[in-house]
Amino acid sequence: MIARLFHFRGGIEPDPHKRESSAAPIRPVPLPPKLIVPLIQGSRGGARTIVTVGDKVLKGQCIGEAEGAGGTAIHAPTSGTVMEIDRYPMAHPSGLASLAIVLEPDGEERWITPEPLDPARASREELLLRIQASGIVGMGGATFPSHIKIGKESRIDTLLINGAECEPWITCDDRLMRERAADIVAGAKILRHLNGARRVLVGIEDNKPEAIAAMTAAAHDAHGKDDSGVDVEIVPIPTRYPAGGEKQLIRVLTGIEIPAGKIASDFGVQCFNVGTAHAVCRALAHGEAMISRIVTVTGNVERPGNYEVLLGTPVHHLFALCGLRPGTDRKLMGGPMMGFTLPSLDAPITKGSNCLIAASPELFPPPPPEQPCIRCGTCARSCPIGLQPFALYWAGRAKRFDDANRYHLFDCIECGCCAYVCPAHIPLVDYFRFAKSEIRARDEEDKAASQARARFEARVARLEREKAEKAARLAAKAAETRASLAAGDAALIAAAQKNQEPA
Amino acid sequence: MSSPHIRQPASVQRIMLTVLLALLPGIAVYIWQIGAAILVNIAIASATALATEAFILKLRKRPLAITLGDGSALVTAWLIALALPCIVPWWLTVLAVLAAIAGAKHLYGGIGQNPFNPAMIAYCSMIVAYPAIMSQWPAPGHTDFAAQFHLILGGSRDIDGITGATALDAMRTGLRNHANVDAILASGTFGFAGGRGWEWLAVGYLLGGGILLARRIIDWRLPLGFIAGLGGTAALFWLISPERFPSPLFHLASGGAMLAAFFIVTDPVTAASTPRGKLIFAAGVGILAWIVRSFGAYPEGIAFGVLLMNICVPWIDRHTQPAIFGQQQETRP
Repeated sequence: MIARLFHFRGGIEPDPHKRESSAAPIRPVPLPPKLIVPLIQGSRGGARTIVTVGDKVLKGQCIGEAEGAGGTAIHAPTSGTVMEIDRYPMAHPSGLASLAIVLEPDGEERWITPEPLDPARASREELLLRIQASGIVGMGGATFPSHIKIGKESRIDTLLINGAECEPWITCDDRLMRERAADIVAGAKILRHLNGARRVLVGIEDNKPEAIAAMTAAAHDAHGKDDSGVDVEIVPIPTRYPAGGEKQLIRVLTGIEIPAGKIASDFGVQCFNVGTAHAVCRALAHGEAMISRIVTVTGNVERPGNYEVLLGTPVHHLFALCGLRPGTDRKLMGGPMMGFTLPSLDAPITKGSNCLIAASPELFPPPPPEQPCIRCGTCARSCPIGLQPFALYWAGRAKRFDDANRYHLFDCIECGCCAYVCPAHIPLVDYFRFAKSEIRARDEEDKAASQARARFEARVARLEREKAEKAARLAAKAAETRASLAAGDAALIAAAQKNQEPA
Repeated sequence: MSSPHIRQPASVQRIMLTVLLALLPGIAVYIWQIGAAILVNIAIASATALATEAFILKLRKRPLAITLGDGSALVTAWLIALALPCIVPWWLTVLAVLAAIAGAKHLYGGIGQNPFNPAMIAYCSMIVAYPAIMSQWPAPGHTDFAAQFHLILGGSRDIDGITGATALDAMRTGLRNHANVDAILASGTFGFAGGRGWEWLAVGYLLGGGILLARRIIDWRLPLGFIAGLGGTAALFWLISPERFPSPLFHLASGGAMLAAFFIVTDPVTAASTPRGKLIFAAGVGILAWIVRSFGAYPEGIAFGVLLMNICVPWIDRHTQPAIFGQQQETRP
């Protein structure tokens, strides 16, 4: 069956720059002197350390247990010794530090004995627990814990596997699909087994013919190998950024538009990155926890390409391996459309790190000076959400935040299309981030203020109540006193009268 | 620096230069049919616009190079020159440009901030202030440059033989005298569609509009809305009473209709900005233009239509916000 494709509004077609890094096969990375493994690597929680400084650990051994329902486990990426457990700067725009286990590799790469789990025999609960215990989170960048998504009790019609890889420069999913298609297809089948989807579609942008061919062959090989009767379909989709955004891909492949604030599962769709499907297969069929990922290193480097990187490898180790060229003025993590400038090269690679780009002024020229908006509407034509970015910009600039809300500011996915096309070179996404944070801060203030008001009113009410009670008590006492006085008076008067009576 | 880290090569300057380029076919026809005096007017308007823009930017302590180089002042200047009769005295062109650049544009905060179309402000203020001079249009075919240049320099306005009634003027006068449309059209003023000679100008602007549409500089909804508004209203009344109302073709080929359709109502700063809003805005201009032409005190009403609809833009935009992603659910396949 050939799936009918749908169109999403807007989008852009930037220069893909995929060839730089997609030609060479995935390469291994020599062990770095130390690995910094953060405890929190999923978007819904982290891990609780179960090792202490000085412990010897094996490759693939759990070193942090999933904490809470949304947490995911972390594992030793190689064999070695736990050197310290301390706060380290993370690969995040803020550069904030976070708790990490620092491992010194012993160079022997001794594996823990793997314990595969046959999806056909294991119960659903066992499988979900294993996915959580293997530390599997969404590898497309959002790092949403997979056991939560696939464990959702919704009726799922369609399972989507995202191999679109729409950001320029990034090719890690492309190489993964070319080289490890069988594992991706096997992982997709396990995910389908878990959510009971009626069909499985793998969306791949049509600028990756080799990946499409490899995946099609793997899907063909897997035909009839299980009793589900559901085949994995490979669907080439038009190359148009941001076709790889989850909601855009769901739109393209199913026609369904998931509104902001809603989740795909409620519409009968679940979407996983190809890397996540691959990791699920490795975890269950091979008993290997998530300890590495494919990272594209590209841009202004001597040896661009894709590398199998142990989680916790410091970024500078990879740039050293690829040979930074002179003229590099900053380093990006992620793609050029949505990635961020790394504040520190000491930060480690984590489960969501898909790409490192060495940026130079030649490859990434600084934007020309900002000019006034002339409402030409190019941004509105490019917006995949159908927003009017220029209207948001005018509202944000004037701090008319109610208007910004009315124009659906919080539906903005910050994909960057509007800023990419703007002829006045306005950094629109920056304005939207600013407006969002201002509105959030204002809402927080409002909340705090209304709480303070509630507290104040409660206090006033309490004081008044106490005053009233006190008054009532006083009044009662006074009445009592008066009564007793009156009684006393009466007695005195009676006594006096008695005394005055002539004897 | 934050994302996105790449940008498409595009600039406001490139947009404005494309608009100027798209005006060239119209200008070429103008020179051929009406006379080369238009070039003098364009030069006067351009020089005044750049000087005024530079002076005011300096007063407002704004960077000169970026704004002066964006080409927007030149676009305004050229449009004013094309909207005014090309034999107006030089000082009238200067005043018109001053009204547009200093008044309509910079008093509101400069490029992007003005609610009213600067060229139309210029046209309206001049037609109100100097109705006589503004009604003297050169007759097509009399491309006597020396005579036209003499008028521009402010020479005595001995205009017999140089000027002639425009199509809209002749139609209006004829109808006021209770002649019927066909009889009026039979006079020598008219050609195959509008005013003889002038109608070729409409073709020139149409050609330029095609360039702008192809380059996606303008949104098709604006010219379409305007043509539908003006042509549709004209068609309705023409069908009811063809003796009293000229045809839609006449309306579209006469006066500034084609210039307005592709270069005036398409000004992104002052037009409505939502897809439906653009259609409503432009149709409104067309309808108002027809009303002024048919019943108003002036033969041409587009400029008034534009300014009136400019006032409505915030309201139109507010009530025509398009549905966003997820608001319109398509049925599942």
